[in-house]
Formats: sequence, C-alpha cells, structure tokens
Amino acid sequence: MTLPATRQTQRDKIEVSGLTARYGPKEALRGLTFEVHEHEILAIIGPAQSGKTTLLRALNRTLHEQPGTSVSGSVRLDGIPLDRKTDVHALRRRIGMVAPLPVGLPMTIYENVAFAPRMAGQRNRAELDVTVERCLRQAALWDEVRDRLDTLGTRLSGGQQQRLTIARALSHDPEILCLDEFSIAIDPVTTMRIEEVLRELRSQMTILLVTNLTQQARRLADRTMFLWKGEIVELDQTDVIFSEQPAQRQTYEYVNGIFG
Amino acid sequence: MSPSRPPTAEVSRPHPFDQTPLGRRQERMESLARSIFLAMALIMIVPLVLIVLHLLYQAWPLLSIDFLLQPPIRGMRAGGIWPALLGTIYLVLLSLLVATPVGVLAAVYLHEYARESWLTRMVNLAVVNLAGVPSIVHALFGLGAFVLFSGMGRSILAASLTLAIMTMPVIIASTREALAAVPRPFREACWNVGATRWQTIRHVVLPNSISGILTGVILQVSRTAGETAPVMFTGAVFYKAIREGDWLAYGLFDQCMALSMHLFTVSTQVPDVPEPLPYATAVVLLLTVLTFNALSILFRVYLRARKKW
Repeated sequence: MTLPATRQTQRDKIEVSGLTARYGPKEALRGLTFEVHEHEILAIIGPAQSGKTTLLRALNRTLHEQPGTSVSGSVRLDGIPLDRKTDVHALRRRIGMVAPLPVGLPMTIYENVAFAPRMAGQRNRAELDVTVERCLRQAALWDEVRDRLDTLGTRLSGGQQQRLTIARALSHDPEILCLDEFSIAIDPVTTMRIEEVLRELRSQMTILLVTNLTQQARRLADRTMFLWKGEIVELDQTDVIFSEQPAQRQTYEYVNGIFG
Repeated sequence: MSPSRPPTAEVSRPHPFDQTPLGRRQERMESLARSIFLAMALIMIVPLVLIVLHLLYQAWPLLSIDFLLQPPIRGMRAGGIWPALLGTIYLVLLSLLVATPVGVLAAVYLHEYARESWLTRMVNLAVVNLAGVPSIVHALFGLGAFVLFSGMGRSILAASLTLAIMTMPVIIASTREALAAVPRPFREACWNVGATRWQTIRHVVLPNSISGILTGVILQVSRTAGETAPVMFTGAVFYKAIREGDWLAYGLFDQCMALSMHLFTVSTQVPDVPEPLPYATAVVLLLTVLTFNALSILFRVYLRARKKW
C-alpha cells in the first residue's frame, strides 16, 4: 500500500512527544515522539513487551487510570493537548478501540453495538437501527447475525465476537480507530474482508494498527512503526520499512524474521 | 486418527490400550477417591434430614395455622407464637432494609471506584474485623449505642439496627466477591467506548452480579432470624400481647417478641411447658428462614434467567 501521490491530507491528527510510561519500576514506553497523519493507516509492529498495547492505551488515557502506572510526555489530538483536565469520556468517544481478545459484552448483539451511542445519549431507535446495521456491515458480521440480533453477543464464536468488538468500536463514529491485533481470532478470509473495510474507512478516519503479522502491516499500512523495548527503532513509509534497506539493520532483521 | 501416522508393524507387541499394572492401580485409586468424596458429600445430608425429621416428629401435635396466628396463653404453656413470629419478621426485614443498601453501595465503592489508599485499607480492615466480632459483643454495642446513647430505648428499631451493624460487613464482603466475578475486560470494553464508571456499573456490572449479591444477602436472613443475644439486649421481650394475626401490631419503637428468644424462653425459662412446644417453635423458626430463602431464590432464578454469559 503506497501512498497516493495526490494525497492532500498530511495534517497531523495525533502528535506524541516524549511519551514515557512506567508500570511500577518497569519502563514500558521510553520517550516516544512521533506523529500520526490524518487519514493514514499507521501500523505498529514489534515483539511482545515492546509497548504496542501500552501506546494505544496511553492515547485514550485508560492507561492513566490504571493503578501503579505513571505516564509523562504529551499527546496532542488535533493540536489540542490531552491532560488531566481532558474529559476522558468525550475523548474515548472519538477513539474506537479494538482489544486483542474479543469481548462480547453480556448483552444482545444489537445492544453490544448500540451500547456506545446509547451511553452517549442517543435514544432514537430508528437511528440506532441504522448505526447497528452500518457497523455490523463494516465489521463483516451483518450477514451472519442479521436474523439473530437479539441473541447474546457472548454466544458468538471467537471470531464473530472479535468482529462484534470491531463493530462496537465503530459504533460511536470515531475519528481514530485503534486495532490491537484484531485478527488473532479470525480466519484468513474474514481477515481479508476486514482489511478491505479498513482501506475504505481510511477516508473517514485515522487508523492505528498494532499487529504481530508483519505481512498485515505490509498489506495495509501507509507508514509502519517498529517498536522495540519501548522505543521507536524506525518509523517510515511502509515500503521503506519492508525494503531491502530500511534505515536500521534491526528493522530488516525483524520484518524478515531473522530475530524476534 | 491422522492418516500420516506411521504404520505399526509389530504384531507381537501388546495392544496399546491393554491395561497395565500402573493403569489398574490408578483406576483403583480413582474409584477409592471418588467414593470417599461421595461419602463425605452424603454425610452432609444426614444431619439436615435428622434435624428436620426429629423436629417435625416432636412438634407434630401442635402444628397448625392457629399455632402460627395466636398469641401464647397461660404463661407460654399454650396458645400460639404469633407475636414472636411477627417480631422476627419485622426484625429481619428492617435490619436487611438498612444493611443491604449500605453494604452493597459500600462494596460497589470499594470495588469499582476506590484506588488502593490508606482510606480503603482502613475500611477493609474495619470490614474484616467487624465481621469477626462475636454477636454477644454486637449486642452490648447495640445496647450502648442505640438503646442508651441514641435514646431509642429497647425497641424494634434498636434491635434491627444492631442486627444491621452485625450483618453489614458480611454483606460487603459477599457483594465484593460477586462484583469481582464480573470479568474485568467487560468494564474495559465499556470504558473504551467512553462509558462512565456509573454507566458501566449500571449497565454491565450490576446486572451481572445481582444474583451473587442477593445470595450474600439471603445468607444473612437465617443469621438475623437466628441470633438471640443481640435482640435480647436491645429490643426483644419475654412476653408481649398482640392481637391474633395482626400484621401491623408492632411500631418501630415498640418492644417485640422474637422466635429465637421465644425458643430460648420456652426451652429453659418456663417450667411445665408441654414437650412439643419448643419443637414447634423451632419448626416455625426454620420455616420462616426457609420461606425468606425461597422467596429470594425465586427472585434470583428470575434474575439469573437474564444473565448474559
């Protein structure tokens, strides 16, 4: 996926500077500084314990609420710094978050998707219906569940629940979509369908994609960040990262499976 | 049964599923262990059956609706036990009415909102220790705090509050258990879409822990109904005349009779009580507790039918 040359939107959606996070004495992120462009897919790759998930959680500030963590550095969204005074609920309504393990909430499929809009104050049943169908279609789940929207979300298979969480993440019309290894519970064919959806969604939102599948990053991402032990080894256009000569030898070795 | 398994050529070797001496030993051990566990489980039934049968057998001549609804006469030696039954119902309901909201809401705060701090550690310490205080000490506390200091006098209110103080820590502990049983990822999923703590609690945590919370409360019914010392010190009396079958006979500041204390009285304090009477009282106490339990279990079944995972 190379970037179309005519792309005009190079505005920075997220600016991160000096982001450091500690779990007790353990440093999970060490002074990350980078930008995420509007309407790009930024892939974040790296081995386990490299800080990928922590990074996403720092963006929607769930990390800050976890006992025993300390976070420093700044994150700006559309140029506005996020800090203690930020309304985290409003912030999280702007960010869709898909966790690596599928969590169907213990309510019906319909309610799972309608939950976020409802919590944000949407009461109009007709509009909720539209939202639910749109999100389930985008998550490539609609055809499988359209006849049983009233069954429990937790009764779906693992892969279906994963797509349900994607639908839920889209349900509050986020500007940013964070996917944390969304495909580990999904079969390859469905993964391809969702990847297709992500490409389409790029025109509407900015997407951060944490993935262990380097090939997925290669297929989807405009730019790719290689994270290792809480530090950015390299962040560049995806075709540079996956070329024979990325700036760092380590990057080459990681994406080619020589280490990690 | 994968087709790629290498073919086993040796015919002379024993069949792979023939039993070996080790296998036979394991099997014997297995059945031995199983029977021991089963025996212990069955032993649990014996005392219950014996208690119930013995009580029913002894109490049989006296059991009737009249016995339930009439006040005692001739110095407790005849008549029914309506004042004691009604007193116990009042005490149980009133004490749970106080203890349940306080206990449950406190537990929600401790489990869903509070971070580790000296304050929460203090509250936890208080809960654990309060739960371990013997009921006779609670009785003395209730006498001092409610009857004397607060000027409620010996009354249903004072006795119920004493019982409430006694049950609250246990309700807090059981509620926290129930809340902890709701997987944390459910909460995180809610927070991630911008739901507030309260929205998360209201829509996901409470609906899925309510049956566990109720179980904890139910267990306290039998405890409050059975406690004798606290009510004796703070509000229960030897004899109180009320009209037959009158549900509204007691006021908050009245003294009352209680089944547990009545059982004590007729068993040990009154001479020449007909033999079935204490047993009949015990049966009524048991029935009262079982009725409360049955009602709450029905409610729980109704709630659990809506449980979602």
